Amino acid sequence: MGKPRVKVPKSAKAGEVITIKTLIKHKMESGRRKDKKTGELVPRNIINMFSASFNGEEVIKVDLHGSVSTNPYFQFQMKVPESGELAFKWADDDGNVTETTSKITVG
Amino acid sequence: MNISRRNALALGGAALTVTLVPVSFAQAAADDAMAQAVAEFTGGADIAEGGIELTTPEIAENGNTVPVGFSAPGAKRVVLLASKNPGPVVSFFTFGALSAGDASTRIRLAGTQDVVVIAEMADGSYTQVSKAVKVTIGGCGG
Repeated sequence: MGKPRVKVPKSAKAGEVITIKTLIKHKMESGRRKDKKTGELVPRNIINMFSASFNGEEVIKVDLHGSVSTNPYFQFQMKVPESGELAFKWADDDGNVTETTSKITVG
Repeated sequence: MNISRRNALALGGAALTVTLVPVSFAQAAADDAMAQAVAEFTGGADIAEGGIELTTPEIAENGNTVPVGFSAPGAKRVVLLASKNPGPVVSFFTFGALSAGDASTRIRLAGTQDVVVIAEMADGSYTQVSKAVKVTIGGCGG
């Protein structure tokens, strides 16, 4: 898994709805593609879970089952109740986990 | 879940705005998988229409990366389905109280088909929306 890119506003008004964009590098091997040389199926390795939590409270969780494009991109909206930290997490079939955080200041 | 295959199929048939004229076994199989996925998500409950905004391109030149977005305010859970993909379930979404019940992503589509979003609302009811996407080059290359 590559380094994730997240776009989160640094500041917001209390109760404001903000848009968050995330992108992570991953080949998202579907398990249905054949190796061109050996003719054998390439084993599935996709990011199967993405989540975002604000101050420990889950905002969105996605269980990916396939058919999500290479380098998965997610955009979603969130209401900001107070200052805090948004924690993102990605996990793939091989057991790799990538995490990153972004701070939002209400003021 | 004790839903017979027949019930699941009937439910799927009612739920989907798919033209139910299976021209090939492959398509029949895809319809079957789709109906099963829908029944698994809803547990056989009735599905209303509307209440969700689904944004898809009318024509996708490249099936490998098709931008899809939905907005289902008040939804607890959402399933995103691609009716004719080898596995119709694209992703399940779970939304917390701070979420607006919306998400956008990019998906693979094996060919021209319907993209379906079904949402479970806070009161436990289900609603769905579906849109056809024309794909010029399929995205599940093999």
